[in-house]
Amino acid sequence: MQNHFPFWKNFLIITVLLVGIVYALPNIFGDDPSVQISASNETKISSAQLNNIESLLKQAAIAVKAVEMQKNKVLVRFNNTDEQMRAADLLRNSIGNKFTVALNLAPATPDWLRSLGAEPMYLGLDLRGGVHFLLEVDMDAALKQAEQRYNDDIRSALRTAKIRYKSVSFDSGAVKVVLRNDKDKQAAIALADTEFRKLNVKVADEQPILYLSISEKEIKEIKKFALAQNITTLRNRVNELGVSEPVIQQQGDNRIVVQLPGVQDTTRAKEILGTTATLEYRKVDTEHDIQRALAGHIPMGSSLYYERDTKTPVLLKRRVIITGDQIVDASSGLDQNGSASVNIVLNGIGAKKMGKFTRDNIGQPMAVVFIEQKSTTHIVNGKKVRRKEQIKEVISIATVRDAFSKRFQTTGLDSSQEARKLALLLRAGALAAPVDIVEERTVGPSLGQDNIDKGVLSVVVGFVLVLIFMAVYYKVFGLIADLALTFNLIVIIAVLSMLQATLTLPGIAGIVLTVGMAVDANVLIFERIKEELKNKQSPQTSIFLGYEKAFATIFDANITTLLVALVLFGFGTGPIKGFAITLAIGILTSMFTAILGSRMLVNWIYGGRRISKLSI
Amino acid sequence: MLKEIDFLGKRKFAAIFSSLLLLVTIGSLAVQGLKLGIDFTGGTLVEIGYKKAVNLKVMRAGLEAAGINDATVQHFGSSQEVLIRLKPQEGVSNAEISTNVLNAVNVGMAEKGDVRRVEFVGPQVGDELTEDGGLALLYSMFGILIYVAWRFEYKFALGSVAALAHDVLITLGCFSVFQMEFDLTVLAAILAVIGYSLNDTIVVYDRIRENFRLLRKGSSEVIMNASLNQTLSRTLMTSLTTLLVLVALAILGGEIIHNFAIALLIGVVVGTYSSIYVASPLVLALGVSKEDLMVPEVEVEGKEFDMMP
Repeated sequence: MQNHFPFWKNFLIITVLLVGIVYALPNIFGDDPSVQISASNETKISSAQLNNIESLLKQAAIAVKAVEMQKNKVLVRFNNTDEQMRAADLLRNSIGNKFTVALNLAPATPDWLRSLGAEPMYLGLDLRGGVHFLLEVDMDAALKQAEQRYNDDIRSALRTAKIRYKSVSFDSGAVKVVLRNDKDKQAAIALADTEFRKLNVKVADEQPILYLSISEKEIKEIKKFALAQNITTLRNRVNELGVSEPVIQQQGDNRIVVQLPGVQDTTRAKEILGTTATLEYRKVDTEHDIQRALAGHIPMGSSLYYERDTKTPVLLKRRVIITGDQIVDASSGLDQNGSASVNIVLNGIGAKKMGKFTRDNIGQPMAVVFIEQKSTTHIVNGKKVRRKEQIKEVISIATVRDAFSKRFQTTGLDSSQEARKLALLLRAGALAAPVDIVEERTVGPSLGQDNIDKGVLSVVVGFVLVLIFMAVYYKVFGLIADLALTFNLIVIIAVLSMLQATLTLPGIAGIVLTVGMAVDANVLIFERIKEELKNKQSPQTSIFLGYEKAFATIFDANITTLLVALVLFGFGTGPIKGFAITLAIGILTSMFTAILGSRMLVNWIYGGRRISKLSI
Repeated sequence: MLKEIDFLGKRKFAAIFSSLLLLVTIGSLAVQGLKLGIDFTGGTLVEIGYKKAVNLKVMRAGLEAAGINDATVQHFGSSQEVLIRLKPQEGVSNAEISTNVLNAVNVGMAEKGDVRRVEFVGPQVGDELTEDGGLALLYSMFGILIYVAWRFEYKFALGSVAALAHDVLITLGCFSVFQMEFDLTVLAAILAVIGYSLNDTIVVYDRIRENFRLLRKGSSEVIMNASLNQTLSRTLMTSLTTLLVLVALAILGGEIIHNFAIALLIGVVVGTYSSIYVASPLVLALGVSKEDLMVPEVEVEGKEFDMMP
């Protein structure tokens, strides 16, 4: 029988349609403005805490839509953003020191859909609002740091091995070690072979000099490590900022993408992401005269620093007691006098060092040095110049009264705001190398909503126009094409939701364009059917031949467009990728719906019976 | 029934018309170039929304007072919205520019604006985007060349790629002549134009191939003209539906994708024209013949057939 689909084909098409409807459905429910309260690593959220949150909100008379307990976090849904904001402020003030309170837009998907794994599409930053940063890691700085570290390590290794040296210094990209005689030179070569295998060793012919340089392989390792370490640190920092669903990804060899949905205060975000503030604890040099040091006679083993507020010069010992790396936890607070302070907790090694130092130095002054590195790109005479600034300030000097080790307090900060920021940075860990913001895109929430509204409106209007046009021109067949097109739109949204693809404004444009182009397959088929009718074929044969002959054309035309979509995806960044994905999915789904879907309908209406005329 | 239109007979006029357009395009690109957006040039863009109409003079004064001199300040969409653009700055750390602008703008304004959008693109990122964009264009053209040569024949591949280059250039030309801003979304649109115009061209070629194999009689020109006529209603229908949604997008889609939609509108119109008047005449000019498209076995049969009395 002509123009009849076997049962399995009809079944397949209808199944796809039903699955499509189910998975596209979550997108119509929208979002609830909500607040997410999550615990840091150590503390857990208990159900007592949940009750506490509920009663706090009740006291403030803030209406709550729902409270959900999730893995290590509580999600409170609200009816509107005003209540969400009020609740967030309230919770930040009351329990913000123990928990991270973040604004969130939680999908209002009904439970039965969620249990099927159906989730709405993820909205891109241009639709939901937020900040996008592209950070470039300063790899030169990472290498410099590594060289400095090797310089120090070589010095101390020589000392430990009791090899006497004249000097250890940098010389054109390598560490130059000048020894006293040939015997020491041989010993140093042997030492380098065992202890510094990752370094290339070059030996000067006649003189007792060694050059140790970092190998290419090691340079790669250092860069890789710097990038990985920075990503970890940035992730920690973003978590501290209290952003829900942040994206932190590597891009290329030396870049990191950070996306913070919902964040509006970009100044603070930039500060937190870009700075490399840390602390160092040093012993104050009380043996030497500061005036002589100021005159240029800085004693060996000491350096000159200045106090932050008074700008008083201080001599500090070069040997560091502990660095920021050894700090495992830090929180801001107030000291006995009510001024801002940071409470520090050290790791085992740090605690041991600090314990030993304070035991040996009771009654001696100890200084806290605040170090901040900034790396910024400037344009000077049309060229990029990277400028680095390092701020080193003594923020407090205190006399060691008691031996202490693991936990202690540091004071001397300007404000409690600075204390909070420093505590955050210390907790999150230091950046392995400075970063520079090379791209920033912020979309305010009002523009995001505008974009959604306009995007949806243009899809709807464009779609309806095409539906009317097709129905008028092709009559019954036009209505069939309209159903196929609707089916196509549902399947595109379902596939995008299933892939949890990010929907952006260009993505919406891609959908609009697909709607326009998806009817092409049907137009091709219908025109073919018309031609066959003109060639005096019977209606049934015309339908059959129309579909048959149009297929090769549709296939070739769509494959080439798909090719373009793939190239777009491969080369594009953010917005172009979004467009390419929707275009590619649209092409694939339109082949299915326009060829198989419309054929099924045609078969139902015209198939398997005698007809003399087609409404086309 | 409609009479057949002699498309190919008018190919000389089409060639002159296309050449003129291309000349204007190349001239305009050479003289004034494209008005590149900050995606490519680098720089800063800040969009601020106010509840009431704003006086741009006050705003400019505020910026100048803060030492930001070369900012372009203009209304965007409505008088309540303001767009501030800055070139990459000499001597100022670029990440700080947007912060400085926001602080400066609020000085002297009665109402604190609502930041709708901030875009900052470092010059290094801009350069890379330009390079990637160019590469994307080249690679997609190359991919198409290979695919069409494989599915059809090399003359068709050359014809389709030439038609695509024609469409892309003329669309770029429109953006240059009217100095519309060329940003990342417009680049995406240009690439989509390639996809669309190719789709159109392939449909025509497909029919030409079919007719070459089917119709025994008639010169290449006659067969190709017949093919163009047979696909004409489809070409027009599809272009019309696509134009319908594009017009909806251009009018209702908002400022950000306005140029994207305009680029596609131009591209679709030019692409429709080129699939009829550029792609096919070129194949004809390259001297296509029936033999080029015969499947090997069919070719043998065809030859025997021709030799019969």
